[in-house]
Amino acid sequence: MAKIRIPTPLRAYTDGASDIDVSGNTVGEALGNLVDQHPDLRLHLFQDDELRSFVNIFIGDEDIRFMQGLDTEIEAGDSLRIIPSIAGGSACN
Amino acid sequence: MNVSLSSDLQSRIFEQMEASYPNEGGGFLLGDLRAGLITIQDVIQVENTFAAAEQYHRYAMKPQDWLRLEDEADERGLSLVGYYHSHPDSPAIPSEYDREHALPNFVYAITSVMMAKATDMRVWRLRADRSAFDGGELIIN
Repeated sequence: MAKIRIPTPLRAYTDGASDIDVSGNTVGEALGNLVDQHPDLRLHLFQDDELRSFVNIFIGDEDIRFMQGLDTEIEAGDSLRIIPSIAGGSACN
Repeated sequence: MNVSLSSDLQSRIFEQMEASYPNEGGGFLLGDLRAGLITIQDVIQVENTFAAAEQYHRYAMKPQDWLRLEDEADERGLSLVGYYHSHPDSPAIPSEYDREHALPNFVYAITSVMMAKATDMRVWRLRADRSAFDGGELIIN
């Protein structure tokens, strides 16, 4: 089992838990297992089947976008972390 | 949603946002939630990392800033309860860009900065279905 740390605002969808044990051999499988356990997370993590642009997954200090993305292999005991990229802006063009 | 913010912390945000003008500025809100009231205990400015030419209407943080501040909040017994940013020469109303990049259960405090002067601050929260923001009550004390 690997572990995924949930960002504070999304812990409302994990009954307040900050860390969730997940199964899977890749990051994608682990996230799939996470949203199977906590389905209300899906809307905020994925748009269609892709990670939302502001959702980053780190393994340790490494961003999976600079690895093999959702196909990045993980091992039992790995610690993953969901980290939002905060962004905003006015309607001014 | 009710959000309590001291006048000192609001002044600090206004000073930061005015200093960032004509670009957008922003940072994190640290605090706690008790009995339905979100109390802001600290505000921490974070560098705008959006492309320089777009900073007049865009603001972004590095994911590492989230990681660092979330850990700091935990160590201080606080929570990351929201984030603030400015809308230079625009109203303190969330844009479509804000909505697309927003998280639920998180306070979005937007400051309107008109002609280099902070004129209005409003607080918002994304609906659980991501369809829109709802305004909250900001209590300055």
